[in-house]
Amino acid sequence: MDTQKQLDEFQQRIDNGEKIEPKDWMPERYRKQLIRIMSQHAHSEIVGMLPESNWITRAPSLKRKMVLLAKVQDEAGHGLYLYSGTETLGVERRELVEDYIYGNAKYSSIFNYPTLTYADICVIGWLVDGAAIVNQTMLAKSSYGPYARANIRICKEESFHKKQGYEMLAKMTSGTPEQKRMAQDAVNRWWWPTLMMFGPHDTDSPNSAELIKWGVKTKTNDELRQSFVDRMVMEAEAIDVTLPDPDMKYNEKTGHWEFGEIPWDEFWSVVKGDGPMNRERIKARRKAYEEGEWVREAAMQYARKKKLKEGKAS
Amino acid sequence: MSTFDTIPQTRKEALIEILLRLGDDRLIHGHRLSEWAGHGPELEEDLALANVALDMIGHASSLYAYAAELDGKEDEDYYAYFRDDIDFKNIAMVELPRGDFAFTMARQFLFSAFSYFLYDKLIKTVDDEQFNGMLQKHFKEIKYHLRHSREWVFRLGDGTDESHKRTQDAFDEIWMYTGEMFDMDEADKAAIKHNLFVDVTSFKDEWKNLVNETLEEATLSVPDYDQYMFSGSRQGRHTEHLGPLLAQMQFLRRSHPDAEWK
Repeated sequence: MDTQKQLDEFQQRIDNGEKIEPKDWMPERYRKQLIRIMSQHAHSEIVGMLPESNWITRAPSLKRKMVLLAKVQDEAGHGLYLYSGTETLGVERRELVEDYIYGNAKYSSIFNYPTLTYADICVIGWLVDGAAIVNQTMLAKSSYGPYARANIRICKEESFHKKQGYEMLAKMTSGTPEQKRMAQDAVNRWWWPTLMMFGPHDTDSPNSAELIKWGVKTKTNDELRQSFVDRMVMEAEAIDVTLPDPDMKYNEKTGHWEFGEIPWDEFWSVVKGDGPMNRERIKARRKAYEEGEWVREAAMQYARKKKLKEGKAS
Repeated sequence: MSTFDTIPQTRKEALIEILLRLGDDRLIHGHRLSEWAGHGPELEEDLALANVALDMIGHASSLYAYAAELDGKEDEDYYAYFRDDIDFKNIAMVELPRGDFAFTMARQFLFSAFSYFLYDKLIKTVDDEQFNGMLQKHFKEIKYHLRHSREWVFRLGDGTDESHKRTQDAFDEIWMYTGEMFDMDEADKAAIKHNLFVDVTSFKDEWKNLVNETLEEATLSVPDYDQYMFSGSRQGRHTEHLGPLLAQMQFLRRSHPDAEWK
């Protein structure tokens, strides 16, 4: 059991803005929360490769094909160092991976929606990476050192992805009538699920207070969502695309854009596993994992044999 | 006589033909590798396969861009998106479906070994500055592709019984498509005359030695070099696998030919 003295000292370090490092003492609950958040973040990067890789082979120019391939590669990289970061808390990657492909561990619900046209790829870059950046910019100041550092690196790459998505979307919204139609349709489908990425309202978010107290997060879900919306309204206007919210209006007093009611029933349904692509995403990841088993075993076996041979030789 | 077996008459024509042959091999192979994105056997390999795919598509793109400049086409995309199956000049080996990880690695090893010797010789021969510059840049990456796939051939061949069997099956299956790498036709000869290409048969023994050594160390048997070999892809005589690949790759671009996508 963590003693009160330890807890107080820990809290003092957090309040002083110190970073917690892997070998430092930390409350069990802090460790658990971080494992949960960091591994969910890692799983999201990995599952997030699926809706995007759906368009690599069909990308409409060689440049766009390379941009998308590089983006998906970056996501594999993010997943890799987030898993490594989580391992500093005393869990193994294998265990974490099996938790989401066979168990109940979560990943971002946004990836349970399908990418229907190439415009979806642009909108994911703009909105989904845009939302991720808002979140990760905050997490880059997280109290846990390895997580903060991972987010600094991730944010740099995500900003690049967002820029590329937004630029291509702008080309589509100023392009042919078919391109404009695809672009607007993609925005219509992704807007609300993107707002859900910030999680439930603060009043329905049981973990928030604790995470803020421990400096894992520094802003609430609703604060982050609002700053995202304020920014996106301007960006949408600049490229002549309409956000599908008839209730959106500017509040002169607060200086913020007020938006309509998020479809929370859909959010909870997708979180619980009933979204358009939940089953397929898990099935695809499980298939890759199981079909890769013999490869991983071969690599381990080869390494063992090699070690044995080297042992004999010396 | 094949429909497209026209012999390049000028230095420029010869150069365009070589750029497209090299480019097509790389684009189609890169496409097959890119199909692994998100589905690799481990995260490290998702990264590595995407990396190699990206290199290959990048190489194709720069080779095409130079061809477009010489050929008066708008840009590199013309060659990838607006040609039909029978216009593509890649060898059949790279268009075969991705198969399992053993197949992917066996193919990458055989092709990267070929590319390694080819580029090594080309760099010493090609007297076109722009082309040679590209080759030198790509050669560095080819060395990595060869190392990466060769290490996997060792691991898989000499790993478990299952990996050994899968890898042996992969080499046996691909073997009849390896002959095309060393086929020479009139277009190659025309390019050689202009110091833009080399006699590929001149390094066949070096390639064989590397393949033999690698397979032997991986405890795999080397299939028969004298068996039936598929041929004709360089002249547009492909397998049935290229059509569906191109249908997928080209559909969006061709559906909206007036749209800007770059």
